[in-house]
Amino acid sequence: MNGQHGLRTRLTRIGVLLFAGAYFALPIVSSFLFSIKDNQANVWTAKYYTGIVGAEGFWPSLRTSLMMAVLVIGISLALMLPTMLVVHLRHPKVRQLVELVTLLPLVIPPIVLVVGVRTVLGWGPDYFAGTPTAAFLSGIQDTNLPWVLVLTYVVLAMPFTYRSLDAGLRAIDLHTQVEAARNLGAGWGTVLTRIAAPGLRGALLNASFLAFALVIGEYTIASILLFTPFPVWLVALGLDHAQLSVSVSVLSLFLTWLALLSISVIGSRGGRSATLRSV
Amino acid sequence: MSSVQNAAADARPAAGPAGRAGGVATGTADRSGAAVSLRGLTRIFGDVRALDGFDLDITPGELVALLGPSGCGKTTALRVLAGFERPDAGTVTVDGVDISRVPVDRRDMGMVFQSYSLFPTMNALDNVAFGLRMRHQPARQRRARAQELLDLVGLPELARRYPHQMSGGQQQRVALARALAIEPRVLLLDEPLSALDAKVREQLRDEIRRLQLSLGITTVFVTHDQEEALSLADRVGVMRSGILEQCAPPAELYGRPATPFVASFVGTMNRLPGVVEAGGRVTVDGRVLPVDGVVPAAGTVVDVLIRPEALEIEAAADGASVVVVTTFRGGSTRLTVRSDAGAELAVDVPTHRATELAAGVRVRVVPSPRPVLVETRAPS
Ligand SMILES: Nc1ncnc2c1ncn2[C@@H]1O[C@H](COP(=O)(O)OP(=O)(O)O)[C@@H](O)[C@H]1O
Ligand SMILES: [Mg+2]
Repeated sequence: MNGQHGLRTRLTRIGVLLFAGAYFALPIVSSFLFSIKDNQANVWTAKYYTGIVGAEGFWPSLRTSLMMAVLVIGISLALMLPTMLVVHLRHPKVRQLVELVTLLPLVIPPIVLVVGVRTVLGWGPDYFAGTPTAAFLSGIQDTNLPWVLVLTYVVLAMPFTYRSLDAGLRAIDLHTQVEAARNLGAGWGTVLTRIAAPGLRGALLNASFLAFALVIGEYTIASILLFTPFPVWLVALGLDHAQLSVSVSVLSLFLTWLALLSISVIGSRGGRSATLRSV
Repeated sequence: MSSVQNAAADARPAAGPAGRAGGVATGTADRSGAAVSLRGLTRIFGDVRALDGFDLDITPGELVALLGPSGCGKTTALRVLAGFERPDAGTVTVDGVDISRVPVDRRDMGMVFQSYSLFPTMNALDNVAFGLRMRHQPARQRRARAQELLDLVGLPELARRYPHQMSGGQQQRVALARALAIEPRVLLLDEPLSALDAKVREQLRDEIRRLQLSLGITTVFVTHDQEEALSLADRVGVMRSGILEQCAPPAELYGRPATPFVASFVGTMNRLPGVVEAGGRVTVDGRVLPVDGVVPAAGTVVDVLIRPEALEIEAAADGASVVVVTTFRGGSTRLTVRSDAGAELAVDVPTHRATELAAGVRVRVVPSPRPVLVETRAPS
């Protein structure tokens, strides 16, 4: 009776697993199949993949997105890591407040954010005409490197970078390590680069990855502000060349997985620091 | 970098491969430790006075243990000395120079923490070399010096190990080597052994003492374990609620405690009722003993403080007490004796006498004729 019961549990588990697997796999597999089939000639083909590189606007949009990703990661971490350290080590009482602030982007819909940004960009240059502010406002709207998007994404990435770093900080006893380093003669800069950053390597990688995924996938704000980074280009492409856009999606999904995998490999090579599991 | 640090760096002898053969003595034995003076230190957290006018003078090369119950301010005292905490009042002076305002990274004090504090992303060698790196020593030189220190703490083969590959005892040894590597002016240890098991603890304790003596380094060792404090220190400072009650060599602390708190905190102390006589004497259990320390006025009713080994005990059918418990402690045995009046006393006897004094045996207990400490009874 016990054995029968055990069998039933196992079957249920396998069933759930299969269902969940299918739920995720079906769209991906269908997309993939769709992207390697020539519907007119009814033959398998790789032309939608080889065609990506030649597609108009592919490289510029990808370059813009990658540059933005690098900047967003850099700015986010440069702002967040010192802030988190100060909060954790010196002012644990304000942690709740900081957490609340970092969660705001999740509470405020992106559409609200973008309407605000667009309004400011709309009237700002006229209102501040002739002042450095006007120059700044038009400067951040360069199509090749839209800083206004970078800054917006830094805000949007805040909840994710905060969560990752917070989990990392909770996982290690940084307090004692920092004091040990200070005691041995390390200044705060050294503490940041030699103690905190290496100790939080896993968490930093997580934060970077999440910020990267956000930048590579964000559509709403970019398109409303009339920029053409990778996701916007991809959607536009889909209107004219359905299969090409699907092959690009599959490829970008694959690349994202690769990034995820490499992060967990790099993260676990250290082994001691917070890994993906801690998020 | 402060001038203090530069001076220290200049005084540091070049450590090379040649120095390694010298082992313990390399370049440090000739250097005597610094004199430390803590004056009126006060540190208040909210409504807790963690330090409340704390005074302590430490002579060069001395090992002082700070002993006291949990929460009495031992760690705070050490942290103020190291520079992690700013005192609300009072000064820290090292070799006559007031360093109260010097930041922690310029103080040149090596600290070993209670919790494991090695940098997890560095191996043992890099951990030990960290302080030298902060002092801009060339890589080869600091590696050689770090290896030398690992040899010194008995872990020559663990240089490439990471902290998570070491036992707790090994980690604390590396932490000690790391603190010693910078040739600190003062070595600070905050219950460094409390996380270790008994055997390792004792071993490492003896080793710390041996190293400290051979390096001649001024050391403050914080502990709540009186055995540790008494067996290790030149002087033991007993703390209570942020103040130093007494700081004295172990034997004096045990034999002549300055206050009843020290008397009860260090070792076991029996309290017997007594009455003060004229001429600095006290009557207890029919015996007249000389009084040590403060003598209350004749006729005062007092508690007479007597150590378990300062009570004489013998089996006697007409005795007024009965042995209730015997506890074997190796060479000696502790007897718990209850008088017919209901008072309990602890008495230590050599173990060979314990069989004749088994539980249930009627006994007579009298104080040995030695000077005793008395405390005026609080009127009840
Ligand atoms: N950072 C702090 N904030 C608030 N209270 C503290 C802090 N550090 C110590 N205390 C308080 O000060 C007292 C002394 O603490 P501590 O020096 O750690 O004692 P010990 O090391 O002797 O156990 C305790 O009551 C403790 O709660
Ligand atoms: Mg403590």
